[in-house]
Amino acid sequence: MNLRDLEVIPETTLRVSPRLVEDAIFDEVVLAGDWFVRTIERGQFVRIVDLQGNQAVDTLFYNADNYIDRYSAQDTIRAQSNVYLTTGTKLISTQRNVLLTIVADTCGRHDTLGGACSAESNMVRYDIEKRSMHACRQSFIKGALHWSETTGRELNKLDLTANINFFMNVPVLPTGKLSFEDGVSEAGKYVELQAEMDTLMVISNCPQLNNPCNAYNPTPVRILIWDAPAS
Amino acid sequence: MTERILWQETLPGSSTWSHILKRGTALRLTAIDDAPNVGCILLNADNFSERLSLPDSLKAQNVARLTAGTALYSDMGRILCSITEDTVGWHDPLGGCSDATMVANKYGFDTYQHARNAWHQNGLDGFIIELAKYGLGPRDLMMNINFFSKVKVQEDGSMQFISGNAGPGSAVELRAEMNTLVILNSCQHPMDPPSRYAQKRVELTLKQVPPPGPDDLCRTSRPENARGFTITQRSFP
Repeated sequence: MNLRDLEVIPETTLRVSPRLVEDAIFDEVVLAGDWFVRTIERGQFVRIVDLQGNQAVDTLFYNADNYIDRYSAQDTIRAQSNVYLTTGTKLISTQRNVLLTIVADTCGRHDTLGGACSAESNMVRYDIEKRSMHACRQSFIKGALHWSETTGRELNKLDLTANINFFMNVPVLPTGKLSFEDGVSEAGKYVELQAEMDTLMVISNCPQLNNPCNAYNPTPVRILIWDAPAS
Repeated sequence: MTERILWQETLPGSSTWSHILKRGTALRLTAIDDAPNVGCILLNADNFSERLSLPDSLKAQNVARLTAGTALYSDMGRILCSITEDTVGWHDPLGGCSDATMVANKYGFDTYQHARNAWHQNGLDGFIIELAKYGLGPRDLMMNINFFSKVKVQEDGSMQFISGNAGPGSAVELRAEMNTLVILNSCQHPMDPPSRYAQKRVELTLKQVPPPGPDDLCRTSRPENARGFTITQRSFP
């Protein structure tokens, strides 16, 4: 299949990327339940591929020069007047900078209201006895502390705020109801972002087993990065 | 124990306010003017690293609006405050707060020197100033509530600000389930359509209230909240 022929699928927000896997400068698989931290330089593209389908990828972004200036869910959805993230969405920071833009999306809808699962929220949502189950915020904390240790820059629990859930389907209704539904993603679907400034990306590939966000079967995702096109 | 009013005060428009609302007390907000907006963030007063998590609150209760019976959860699975009474029916957890650039673009720039207390202020700076009084800062910001405001989400995800959601006399009451630092900011809602800069007043009533009983509205509204109250109670044996 020639991807270039499908660049825009009419009347949807679906958009296929022109970038080829063999041109990527970085290519790594992140297992379910693992964390991933990396700086995306201004102009670079990062693609997250849902390898086996219906896998929630909990993601935080920070201004790489100032981690206090970080992804803001409320500012992002208000700026585009829509609660779902897809092609064209600009990810806005707490200081109202554009961190990245979603430039390609073959899934069509991503959530930013459902937050990241935690041991404590699992106790509330499912059962007090579920505290010990693996959760995204355990991975976020581990990733943040590891980044701090290796770079000497402070990043810890205080920096873990409202995140994006790539490939997760959390419909909001006009009645004010919000629910977690079966994913709209499938094997091979991806979302691709271009960094508008140097941005730190922190991922937890969601281990949740108690709701349909991972189709009760957490699976690996693939991270690809391309350099900015030579100008 | 019966209910007892401790004191009342008026929160003027575009003002910040904070108070450590002790467990067993409540804060009632009553609209004095038509269609006010009160931005609100909450932190555990005994450990500021624990704070309001609107995503956890929304997903635990399957809601994108706040009203009586809603529990406001921290990121640690505990209930900071619960909404025990509400005559409005819908308070906004989605719209966030205004900033200096937005307010200048919508309403023009106006200094304190020129306009005195009618100068043009914004929600973000208000929250940051009030956080700083407790040794906190921009790193401690979180998603905020907008009491008295409504943002409706259509099937396609588009967001619509509904004007005039709360008239004069409308009231909402928060009961502290933990010792909670409550920070309020009465700047206009960031999605309030650009017309004119307005300062809307709200009456604040501080009360002593009975502890939530077994048939409490917030405790019984969902099984998740029953567990939330149990977990919270463990911090106050």
